[in-house]
Amino acid sequence: MAASYAIGIDLGTTHSALAYVDLDLSEGDAVALHVKDIGQHVGVGQIEDKKLLPSFLYLPHAAELTPGALALPWAAESSEGAFTVGELARQLGAKTPMRLVSSAKSWLGHGGVDRRAPILPPKAMHDEGDVARISPLEASTRYLSHLRQAWDHAHPEAPLAEQDVVITVPASFDPGARELTSEAARLAGLEHAVLLEEPQAALYAWVQRSEGGWRKQVKVGDVILVVDLGGGTSDMSLIAVTEEGGNLTLSRVAVGDHILLGGDNMDLALAAFVQKKLEGSPSEGGGGHKLDAWQIGALVHACRGAKETLLAEGGPSAAPIVVPTRGSKLVGGSLRTELTQKEIADLLVEGFFPVVASSDRPVSRPRTGLRAIGLPYAQDAGITRHLAAFLGKQIDATEDLAGFTKSAGTFLHPTAVLFNGGVLKADPLARRVLEVLNQWLEADGAPKARLLEGADLDLAVARGAAYYAYVRRGKGVRIRGGTAKSYYVGIESSMPAVPGMEPPLHALCIAPFGMEEGTSAAPAPQELGLVVGEHVSFRFFESATRRDDQPGAVVDRIDALEELPSIEATLPVEPSAGHRDGDIVPVRLQAAVTELGTLRLEAIGQKPSERWKIELDVRR
Amino acid sequence: MSETPLPGFFTRFLLAWAAYFRTLFDAQFAAGVIRLREGKPALPEETKKDEPKKNAKKLDEPKAEEPKVEPKKKEVVLREAGPDAALQLLALLQREGRFVDFLEEDVASFSDAQIGAAARVVHDGCRKAIREHLPLEPVRSEDEGSKVKIEKGFDASKVRLTGNVTGEAPFTGTLAHRGWKVKEVKLPKMTEGHDATIVAPAEVEV
Repeated sequence: MAASYAIGIDLGTTHSALAYVDLDLSEGDAVALHVKDIGQHVGVGQIEDKKLLPSFLYLPHAAELTPGALALPWAAESSEGAFTVGELARQLGAKTPMRLVSSAKSWLGHGGVDRRAPILPPKAMHDEGDVARISPLEASTRYLSHLRQAWDHAHPEAPLAEQDVVITVPASFDPGARELTSEAARLAGLEHAVLLEEPQAALYAWVQRSEGGWRKQVKVGDVILVVDLGGGTSDMSLIAVTEEGGNLTLSRVAVGDHILLGGDNMDLALAAFVQKKLEGSPSEGGGGHKLDAWQIGALVHACRGAKETLLAEGGPSAAPIVVPTRGSKLVGGSLRTELTQKEIADLLVEGFFPVVASSDRPVSRPRTGLRAIGLPYAQDAGITRHLAAFLGKQIDATEDLAGFTKSAGTFLHPTAVLFNGGVLKADPLARRVLEVLNQWLEADGAPKARLLEGADLDLAVARGAAYYAYVRRGKGVRIRGGTAKSYYVGIESSMPAVPGMEPPLHALCIAPFGMEEGTSAAPAPQELGLVVGEHVSFRFFESATRRDDQPGAVVDRIDALEELPSIEATLPVEPSAGHRDGDIVPVRLQAAVTELGTLRLEAIGQKPSERWKIELDVRR
Repeated sequence: MSETPLPGFFTRFLLAWAAYFRTLFDAQFAAGVIRLREGKPALPEETKKDEPKKNAKKLDEPKAEEPKVEPKKKEVVLREAGPDAALQLLALLQREGRFVDFLEEDVASFSDAQIGAAARVVHDGCRKAIREHLPLEPVRSEDEGSKVKIEKGFDASKVRLTGNVTGEAPFTGTLAHRGWKVKEVKLPKMTEGHDATIVAPAEVEV
């Protein structure tokens, strides 16, 4: 059956959303694009449609809720392993964090853990453990399933599995995390969902919103910096405006590192500050109160509200913060304090967006030995420093494009900026990013960057993804890009064994920069010996700057590359090919990018039947 | 008694539930219910023959729910509101804005500043709940205190004339209150077996 809708799913760290284009009603730049309200539990036994589906999953205790309370219009409650997704999960989890799965997406992008193992919610120190934990992959699958079922319930005539579906991922996701996202989609019944990078989705939303007018707002030679600051992650991309056959085209030329830093960190920073005020000793002007865990949660919520009030255009000079008691005595037990403009400016604007030089770089402290297993949060909260590092690293990003000259300064010069993500709804923060960037540009003698007026910052990614699903059908401008990294495997050089010295490791390029969807690279000419019947694991590397390495290129110094989780190949014993256990088969490594946007690595032997998939995501 | 067996309690419960919402949102249906309560057939004579039979049967059903209908007596019909929507709204106001906690607390011994601080929690939360579920707009868009002219044939449920009410429309006067109108009712749906009288469950931290 032909698709009737083009669907975009923003599978976010803190919120998910679904937007759709009605294909029958859309033609050219006139696109019938809507955001779908998602049915979900908003209280125990209460169901409502909301624009955003909070990306939280709650695993209740068997005695916690009345039977049937978690039924949804499209599904009776399952008899075992009951769970709820969305607003209610968030509410219940605020009071019982040990049963709440949150930030599943950050875990999915965390190469240091087994992402198929039941590790969520993370185990607390003294936990007896009757929580039926799930894997990051399973959590993402359930969010997607919920979206699919909500859609199918509303559109029984056009099931989601039969529509053109695009799911967004952070531009900084490594190939393993992309593969897992694609797998989650498959497990949720969305066999053919295509992946799209979030900053690109934001730009698509901007293109769609301009209804063709974008061609007048940019010109050949422009470099658009997309800064996407969401609840949990910061994502940056550079997109160049080029020309082809007289038409403007967009090329994504670089993506930033994976930075776990977002709006939630800001709310926590404010809450910690106010908590100190309330808990400080009265002699020093503090409140002398002791907040319990629930009150701290309420405090974070109150701080989020105060942040929005204080950062709004023409906001008051101070906003009251009231922390209610948990008990029913609201008036007698509530604590009150204030947060002023100045405090919020010091904490947020200076704390997260300091004025720095373009040569500054994020500070990274060596990790201490004893660390609880958790997410690899960014160590430096200075988003402007991360931005400086990104632009400095990508100074050559546009070198090879026609119509661009090599940057004369110390970093790549963007000419336009597009903001996305809830954090940048606050004008003072968005203004500060632009100010700092323009200071750098001025110091380099370059013209100031201009701000592209964005769309709805919360829903732009879902909308842009739906628009992309629409233009993929050949009906509008597409951002060219391909892979934003080149990929390498580590190989040991053969040399005589020297006690106490590891043989030096070289990196062999197997996938070049800029591979487009649905294309294969030439296999690297070097032959490697793989042992039949054994797991062989490779160290795996990427580079965001080595644009000219072709398959087979050897990089001598692996510290020029970023290391990724290792990859693994298993060659089954195939008697038909004459293999015996322990045989060594010479293979070459070949990379391809699938139509869905994931990387596929294969080991190919000399006979046509000898093709083995290399797993990007390895169980450990 | 009658040829068709009377519906059981469960059937009646579901029927009452469906009839409640349809009465609220479907004016045609509501008119049918009113006619039923007045002892007339559910459908007006002129349309009865055009309507499909299935529909007519549906409209007949609420009769079982209202056995006290006394035929052929002209009486004033009062609408009774179902309790669920009211309970739901109360639960919403409590969840978002601690509304019940606030009302049920004895505030006499507290200072205005303390009450004010708590009122912020109530105000923020209840406003959010109302804006989301019962979005409101003023009935009149003019500023309060300005002169307004009320034309002939105005809707008396929307505009109340007060004070020196004599003579004929159009009336001129001062807008004392702009009035409020609910634009839309968007209450959550409830799962079967949900006890709406529990506005907030007791919480026990283990």
